[in-house]
Amino acid sequence: MRCELITIKVNGEERTLAVAPNRTLLNLLREDLNLTGTKQGCDDGDCGACTVLVDGRPVLACIKLAAQCDGCEVTTIEGLAREGRLDRVQEAFWHEGGMQCGFCTPGMIMSSYALLQRNPHPTEAEIRQAISNNLCRCTGYTKIVAAVKRAATFAEFTQR
Amino acid sequence: MRPFKYARATSEAEAVQLVSATPTAKFLAGGTNLLDLMKEDVERPTQIVDLTRLSHLAQIRPTLNGISIGALATNAQVANHPLVRQNYPLLSRAILAGASAQIRNMATVGGNLMQRTRCPYFYDTAMPCNKREPGSGCAAFHGLNRMHAIFGYSDKCIATYPGDMANALYALDATVKIRGANGQERTIPIRDFHRLPGDTPEQDNNLQHGELIVAVELAKNDFAKHSYYLKVRDRASYAFALVAVAAALALEGDRIKQARVVLGGVAHKPWRSTEAEDALVGKEATEANFRAAAEAAMKEAKPLAHNAYKVELGKRAIVLALQRAMDETI
Repeated sequence: MRCELITIKVNGEERTLAVAPNRTLLNLLREDLNLTGTKQGCDDGDCGACTVLVDGRPVLACIKLAAQCDGCEVTTIEGLAREGRLDRVQEAFWHEGGMQCGFCTPGMIMSSYALLQRNPHPTEAEIRQAISNNLCRCTGYTKIVAAVKRAATFAEFTQR
Repeated sequence: MRPFKYARATSEAEAVQLVSATPTAKFLAGGTNLLDLMKEDVERPTQIVDLTRLSHLAQIRPTLNGISIGALATNAQVANHPLVRQNYPLLSRAILAGASAQIRNMATVGGNLMQRTRCPYFYDTAMPCNKREPGSGCAAFHGLNRMHAIFGYSDKCIATYPGDMANALYALDATVKIRGANGQERTIPIRDFHRLPGDTPEQDNNLQHGELIVAVELAKNDFAKHSYYLKVRDRASYAFALVAVAAALALEGDRIKQARVVLGGVAHKPWRSTEAEDALVGKEATEANFRAAAEAAMKEAKPLAHNAYKVELGKRAIVLALQRAMDETI
């Protein structure tokens, strides 16, 4: 299998990498770049644990070929905190205890972050819709939803 | 995933030529269904031809008589496009009823039409399935078939087409624009795009190998005022339909001039109920007439061991969808 040479900007840093065609964006992030904040859950597009932003939009990294990401800009959970300060969504999850085992949390936060960028004042229904592809097997949804609501009340994002 | 050769197409002609040349080659767009099936070892392409750089195929533009939606436009782009929302709200609503935010950002219009059934026996490579392995049998026929078809199935396959977008496209009489291996373009009316299973359930649709969907076109219509997409499912979101109804009405005075009733989750393709439509045309938009249409739609239903509930559910869903279509004011 011939490798593809791709250039990809991850959390603001441009990288050029050789990837085998049958590797996913999730494989690339976790195994090649050691960005293990993005989780591998079902690895089949169902659970949302691998949610990252590609060109600003939330997608599932486990069902996207790395080779298809040539020229793309990717933001992972590691890319949200700035100079040791958590992003407001992370901060809100921390305040509300919007996590139990924590495995779904990076994906939950990326989906919520994307929602608030698009829709700064979502209704509860909109929040639940936005995280409907992020499964929390601990069923901690009440506090997760509360965390997204709290994040919406914090000061606007610093633009990234 | 098994290894495969990867090529990034730089033109439609190159894409078509690459796939045509290899019987086991596949086009790749959003990948939300194909990669999933490759991981499950259901699909085993030896060559992937990536279409995602053909950015001209992602355009959504007005035409003299309606709208042309490029095959690579994502589901999210189509559902949120102002022209679609204004003139084809049924399409927007159907797309938003499907999948999830992440998947709608990835999945494309062409891929959505090409998605395969979610019959669990199709996905389970340890079980017989005529769609996956022709001649091996249908495990669903005598298995758990709660999610399966009540119309148009055969003894070879009882799977359903899982999509939402296509149900709206059937109601709106869309046309699918195809580019063939010989470089020629042709169009297929959407009603002829997907197939019933018959003796060849391995063929989901009437495309030839190597043919590429380039666009979906919609003509102007009188349905924008009164249409609704109702999806009934086990969970409130991110689940496939038990029954879905794409309903659209055009009124003249207080009479129904034109009607569309397309059912999802009940057959191997979106199931347009001309029986229900005929029962509605010329009538007033009353609950009694909606009920009569629902009865007509379900008259020929032939439920299996575990899905008789779809008949009554379908009737109620049709009535409710038609009522909501009347309540909608755009």
